[in-house]
Amino acid sequence: MTNKVAVVGIGATQFRSISPDVSYKELMFEAAVKAYEDAGIDPRRDVDTFVTCAEDYHEGTSIFDEYVPDQLGAALKQMHTISGEGLHGIAAAWLQIMTGEFDVAVVEAHSKASNILTPHGVAVCAQDPIFNRPLGLNNLFIAGLEMNLFLQRSGLTSEHCAAVVKKNRANALANPIAGRAAKLSVDDFRTSPMVAFPLSELDIAQPVDGAVVVVLASEAWLRKRHGYNSKPVFLSGVGWCNGSFSLESRTWERQDFVTKAADMAYRHAGIECPAKEIDFAEVDDTYSYKELQHLVELRLVGEGELKGWIESGRTELKGNLPVNSSGGALGMGYLYEATGLARFYWAVQELRGACGKNQLPNPRTALVHAWRGLPTTSAAVAILTV
Amino acid sequence: MGNRVAIVGAGMTKFVRRAQETGQELAFYATKMALDSCGMKLDQIDGVVLGSAPDTFDGVHMKGEYLSPGAGAWGKPYMRCYVGGGTGVFAVAHGWYHVASGVFDTCLVVCEEKMSSYQPHAQGAFLTIFDHTTERPLKPNLLWIFALEMNRYMTTYGLRKEDIALVAVKNKNNALDHPAAQLGGKVTLDDILSSEVLAWPVQRLDVSPVSDGAVAVILANETVARRVTDKPVWIEGVGWSLDTAYWTNRDLCYPRYVEEAARMAYKMAGVTDPRHQIHIAEPYDPFDYKELHHMEGLLLCGRGEAPQLTVDGVTQRDGELPVCPSGGLLGVGNPIAAAGLMKVAELFWQLRGEAGKRQVARKVKRGVAQAWGDLMQVGTVVVVGI
Repeated sequence: MTNKVAVVGIGATQFRSISPDVSYKELMFEAAVKAYEDAGIDPRRDVDTFVTCAEDYHEGTSIFDEYVPDQLGAALKQMHTISGEGLHGIAAAWLQIMTGEFDVAVVEAHSKASNILTPHGVAVCAQDPIFNRPLGLNNLFIAGLEMNLFLQRSGLTSEHCAAVVKKNRANALANPIAGRAAKLSVDDFRTSPMVAFPLSELDIAQPVDGAVVVVLASEAWLRKRHGYNSKPVFLSGVGWCNGSFSLESRTWERQDFVTKAADMAYRHAGIECPAKEIDFAEVDDTYSYKELQHLVELRLVGEGELKGWIESGRTELKGNLPVNSSGGALGMGYLYEATGLARFYWAVQELRGACGKNQLPNPRTALVHAWRGLPTTSAAVAILTV
Repeated sequence: MGNRVAIVGAGMTKFVRRAQETGQELAFYATKMALDSCGMKLDQIDGVVLGSAPDTFDGVHMKGEYLSPGAGAWGKPYMRCYVGGGTGVFAVAHGWYHVASGVFDTCLVVCEEKMSSYQPHAQGAFLTIFDHTTERPLKPNLLWIFALEMNRYMTTYGLRKEDIALVAVKNKNNALDHPAAQLGGKVTLDDILSSEVLAWPVQRLDVSPVSDGAVAVILANETVARRVTDKPVWIEGVGWSLDTAYWTNRDLCYPRYVEEAARMAYKMAGVTDPRHQIHIAEPYDPFDYKELHHMEGLLLCGRGEAPQLTVDGVTQRDGELPVCPSGGLLGVGNPIAAAGLMKVAELFWQLRGEAGKRQVARKVKRGVAQAWGDLMQVGTVVVVGI
């Protein structure tokens, strides 16, 4: 491995619950223009390879990659789709730059969630058509089962999960692009409708529309273009992993695919003791309990320590390990394939010192984690450093 | 170009109209055959990549995750790439950058398509590939738009149907010798010209069939490749290019995106004179005119010259430049992504002298495989050599 990869540009739209005034193409275009401006590049001249992350069912269009190149300035250039999380796209771009064949890579992901009229119907189509789909399970039901098991094992309660929701949605108040910011009270949780016990409506990240674009570049390009005075953010490690697809054969107590993804990223970033070396983490919180579960699987906290951590506020903004200072998916909104990129965007801002009220004091190493949501077992992790 | 990457094993299922096996099982069989062909075990595979075309074929959302158990992806870094019909050849480029980056020593590339799940006919899935506002209300299908393209090609160069139908005769007869072929048969020019007209000038026998099938290849870096085989086939160059979605504004007589992809791959491979430095070609031939179109895009001949090469027998198995000695999509079958990877597998077997009755007469050292898709807008190219 000869190449070091840096993040040289980021751009995002506002995340909103509906966006009837713009098409998905306009969302992508806005994020791309901002990212190119941030990186100081012209996509037609400077970008060697483009990656977009999308799933046909979410787009309502088969072979969706057809409709991507024009908005990104990628027509007749090297462009392809990863049917995965935005962080999988980051991984693909990272690998391409590491070959030495490409200097500048662009990664795009977006959500036009408000166009999806039957999100649960789409989600059910992701289950095994022979064994699982006939049972008529929806994803929230599966999340409820899993949450129950997690709370029982860890000795935590719904209140601990509610603390995660309160923290993340309050953090989002200071994130200018977040779409689900709120200051919640105890009463809000008491009256939140139960969806699949113990999962209540407030425990679930709600969808939003938006787009994120990231520009990555090789160290050689960066040196030529900017020198080292601009204090770039480096992508020092990426890892990703899949567990078992079927509900019947996975280990419900453990999410070991998350640990494997993290270990791969730690290995590349040279991190031996993540709990000590990570300054802040942006962790998947599609459901409130997931943030807690993922912190354990990422080896940032021992399962037995979770309770003490939450009660002492260690993951709050002023805590030892701030988690989701962006507001997470609970506070920013759930962006389908772009959810991981939204965290990635925020982590880069924190490392650049551009987060205003939520700015953490002098962070040097960040962990960004994404999970594709139920019913999948696919996770990706990126380590960013300055 | 990055670290050297070799193909060390390949396997494919029989291509059939309606497989009894699930998509997962098809992927499993191809994977098992590829591993067995080089005496490797799944434990020795570092990462897995999957290629599969529209999710609608299998009727499964997040089809990548669905196929993961069959593709041997449990507990491994796993990613699905996607460029519509171009996916089969692109998947090798995707696997290539996994290994060329130095991040992975080995990578399993699996492509699967089960088109028979789509009822009543896979053509229905293609209604949803068009722009929802400007094109979909016209209810176009693929035969329609390819008839436009074929017409344009014939008109530009003053070609007759006979000049083009010879490709179908050659490929379907070549497929007679392929043990995994769906449609091999003794076909005459008269058979093609008297077959049912679907959308003039496209007739039934100008078209490849609807198929189910899977193909897998194993990629390895130089150290592993030398250990597991004494006949590695090196990936010398990869290329891809995606054109604008506005296909209606393009001159349909020449696939410029294929030329762009080919130029990228040739540059990487050090090929300066493709007509003489490429010894065998597997261009994408879902329709007979496409083989000709793509030979021109691949710079294997001048524009409008490919039909004459076919008439002169240059592209026959015993010709100077064997083209689709496998039987191509027209003869072996067209399970979309798997068909593209079949072409790379064919070059692997031909270059190693393991193609049995299909073995070309000429001694071949370097070959090119190519696939195409989306809205007539993507070209993907792989150059391999020994």
